[in-house]
Formats: sequence, C-alpha cells, structure tokens
Amino acid sequence: MSVILEARNIVRDYHVPGSFLKKAKTVHAVKGVSFQVEKGKTLAIVGESGCGKSTLGRILTLIDPATSGELLIEGKTVDIAKGDLTPEMRRKVQIVFQNPYGSLNPRQKIGDILTEPLVINTKTPADERRDRAMTLLKKVGLEEKHYNRYPHMFSGGQRQRIAIARALMLNPKLLVLDEPVSALDLSVQAQVLNLLADLQDEFQLTYVFISHDLSVVRYIADEVMVMYFGEAVEYGSRDEVFADPKHSYTKTLFAATPRADVESIRARLARKKAA
Amino acid sequence: MALLEIENLVVEFETASGPFRAVNGVSMKVHEGEVLAIVGESGSGKSVSMLAAMGLLPWTAKVTADKLTFNGRDLLGMPANERRKIIGKDIAMIFQEPVASLNPCFTVGFQIEEVLRVHMGLDKAARRKRAIELFQAVGIPDPAERLNSYPHQMSGGQCQRVMIAIAIACNPKLLIADEPTTALDVTIQKQILDLLMKLQADHGMGLIMITHNMGVVAETADRVVVQYKGRKMEEADVLTLFANPKSNYTRALLAALPDNATGDRLPTISELFVDDQVEGAAR
Repeated sequence: MSVILEARNIVRDYHVPGSFLKKAKTVHAVKGVSFQVEKGKTLAIVGESGCGKSTLGRILTLIDPATSGELLIEGKTVDIAKGDLTPEMRRKVQIVFQNPYGSLNPRQKIGDILTEPLVINTKTPADERRDRAMTLLKKVGLEEKHYNRYPHMFSGGQRQRIAIARALMLNPKLLVLDEPVSALDLSVQAQVLNLLADLQDEFQLTYVFISHDLSVVRYIADEVMVMYFGEAVEYGSRDEVFADPKHSYTKTLFAATPRADVESIRARLARKKAA
Repeated sequence: MALLEIENLVVEFETASGPFRAVNGVSMKVHEGEVLAIVGESGSGKSVSMLAAMGLLPWTAKVTADKLTFNGRDLLGMPANERRKIIGKDIAMIFQEPVASLNPCFTVGFQIEEVLRVHMGLDKAARRKRAIELFQAVGIPDPAERLNSYPHQMSGGQCQRVMIAIAIACNPKLLIADEPTTALDVTIQKQILDLLMKLQADHGMGLIMITHNMGVVAETADRVVVQYKGRKMEEADVLTLFANPKSNYTRALLAALPDNATGDRLPTISELFVDDQVEGAAR
C-alpha cells in the first residue's frame, strides 16, 4: 500500500491586524497536525465548528498555504507558498464543499461547471471535455440531458452529485470532502454516501472526509482523527477510536451524538418517568 | 382536552400548473406536557402544517381543516386580531435558521423586549429584568451585557438560545420547534436539546419537534408522527415506532440511518419504499 498523502506537523496561523484600539493578534487555527493516508482509504477528520478542520482541508487541497510543516502528495513535497503548484499537482487533489447551493455558480450551465477544471488545467480539446463530462454525469447517477441545465433546476442531492462529478473531472488521486452530506436529508444522504463508496472502489480514490456527524464517520471511515482547538487529540483506526476513545473531548463527542436504538429510548423514557 | 387539535388539514398553493397540495389531510393532537415529533424528508409538509396552525403562511396558501383548535378555541374561524393575541404568546415557534430568523438591525435585547411589550405589556424596567432572567434560563453567560449584542456578534448556538428565550418569554402553553438543531454541531445540539427538554419539563409545555433527524426523535419525543409527501404515514409512541414500525416508509427511514448499516452499502429509501399508494391517492 502506498501513502498518497502525508502531513508532517502542519501549522496554520492567521494574523488579525490590530487597529487604533485593538492589539494585533494571532489565531492558531491548526497547531501541528501530522497524519498519513494510504491509497484507496478514507481518513475522517472530526471536530466541532472552529476546531480547524476546514482550515486543514483547505491546506490539503492546496488552496491555502500552511504557515509551517510539510505536506507530501505521493511522496513529493508541495509548498504552494513557494510556488510549487503546477497543474499536474492541482489535478491530484480536488475538493467537494459542504453547501451544494453555494458551491455551484448559478449563472453557469452544468456542462460549463463540469468542463471548467479541464479548461483551466489541461489542453484537452472541447469535444473530449464534453465526452468526459457526459461520462461523469452518468457515473454520479445523472443523465446526459442535464448537461445544458442550470444549478437551480436541481435538488440539493443532485447538486452535490454535480459537485462530486466536477471534483472527479481531473481524475484526482485524492478527494477532500468537506461535510459533503451535512446539508442533505437522511434519505439523500444515504444515496450520496453510497455513491462515494462506489466511486472510491471504481477509481481507487483516497478520501479525506471532514465531518461532525459520528454516525456517518463510523460508516465511511477507515481511520479517524479528532480535532479540538486546532490540535489532533485522537488519531487511530476507526475501530480503535470508536471502541476505546482516549481523549475526554472524544468522549464528550460520543456522549453528545443522539442514539437511535431501542435500548437508549427505553432508558430515556425510564429516566423521564423517574424524574 | 388536547392542547392543539388538527383534523384533516389541507394546505394548497396555487402554481402555474394548477394547485399544489403541500399538506394532504393530516390529523394530530398534542396534549399538555407532551413532546410530539413530526418526522419527514424535506418537502413532506411537516413545516407547512405547523406554519398553517400558526397562521404564518402567506395569503396565497389555501388552508382548510375539519378542525383546527387550540385549547378548544377554533383558530381558523377566529378574527386575525384575536389570533395574534394567541400566536407568540400561548403558541410560540422556534425557527430552523437561528441567524436568519433574528433581525440583524436590532440588538437581541430589543427583540426579546419587543415580545414582552406587545404580549405582556410590561414597563421598561420590568422588561429588562425579565429579559435578563430569560437569558439566564437559556444559559447565555453574562446576560445583562449580551442584551446589547447584535445577532452577528453571537455564534449560531447562542443565537438559537436567544430564539428559544424569545419563544418562551410569555410562558407559552405550546412550543413548536422547527428543526431547532439542524444548523448546529453535535455538542451544541446536545446542549440545545437538553435545554428544550428541561424547559418543557419545568413549565409543563406541549412541545412539537419538527425534524428529519431520527436521532433527535429518539432522544426527545414521547409520540411521533411520520409524514411523507404531505400525508401522515404513521403515528405511534416513540418506542413502538423504533422497535416495531408499521408503515413501510418508516421502516425505510430507519434502515437508511448510518448507525443501522449492516453491510457495505446503506439501503436508500427509494430502494425500500415504493410510494404507489401515495401517488395514486394524492393525484
């Protein structure tokens, strides 16, 4: 098994400039996080809002540079602050954002949305771009007739499929999924999760799955990393983390997740009766 | 007597392609001190039926019901000014998007005191005192200070607490919470749910939880109504619903939970549930 993505001690600080009455300060969004992900596996990053998981996602996707630390993709160091970002590198990592209503340009047709990554990063001719877009539309469970439609004509789940298709246009090795199902209904969520699992098998994709929903993480992840205030407080295989959480924050997280099994309901009703 | 009684509620919207039935003959009852959960996917009419009960739908909506009563009083037949005295006072609602449902132009203190002024007729000092009490009750730290904050200065969880404080300001008999935790993190969700359950128990309110999260249902409800495409599919107490669901749709909904995944794939609702009887009956 080859390691696709490796992060060594990634740090990201944001400097908030001071003003007349305020002192300048530095926000440490990510404080030295290290991990590696093998080809075809899924790493889930879990944490509450503001814990730095999306910042980390942006660094992995080569959108933002890290303040310090090393990022290796297929064994090669990438530092976008130094201008290492070639189109070949860009093609290897793609991202799917949380909100499919915000991440698709309402004035572009689906076809243009899908082919734009190819226009920017490759010299693929127009008819090949179109063919590829059609193939991927079908792969994610949409139809060819959707090619000339606009995003507002689709439901949330369909839009998320389009966003996934767009991310796959460049044939990436690594897909960063930033809460891809948290804006979706339960039934649609199941469909999108199934689709992600199918695509992973077919293209040998590696996923970094950012989420705060532990039931989804337990379903999809191979490895789990729990972040809290910019630090990785827990990192291990899924079964390890779920069976025996070490850090107190992970335990809090487990305790906060609603349980939908009959025993817990019975226990709750009994507690209520006693009170 | 039931607090809120709805019988055969129908809500229709006029569209370019003829009337669209968002709610199609839904009946339910909520008793004092009871937690009723209404579950369904988006578009199942769960929010619309509650908005109809509150009288908050736009005039384009056509609302009819055999019975729509609150505390024995007919809500549909009553004049608008009478109804406004009940809405916001005896029946209060918490909306889904806490940040969007607060007015960004006014301080949260102004917005909570507005309710107290209109419905309770309290004077300025009494309003401020009550507002501070309410903020304390919902667990906002430093309440006197926070009353002067604007919504954008607070986090999503804090805004939801403000919404709850506004909703319970007049000690309502019935509280309707429309997806109160959907926009929030699990840890904050837990805090908000615990807070709602505590307030419900303390005041003996009736509480209607509208949600699509089966976990939230399992953690809060006494009784559950499952809605699909504007129709009621099933009504049962919470234990029966989870242990022994009667309708195929409920079974499909429960099977789609990632917690219940057995193999590599999650069963999806469309695989498990064919809604021929609904389609046939509705149109």
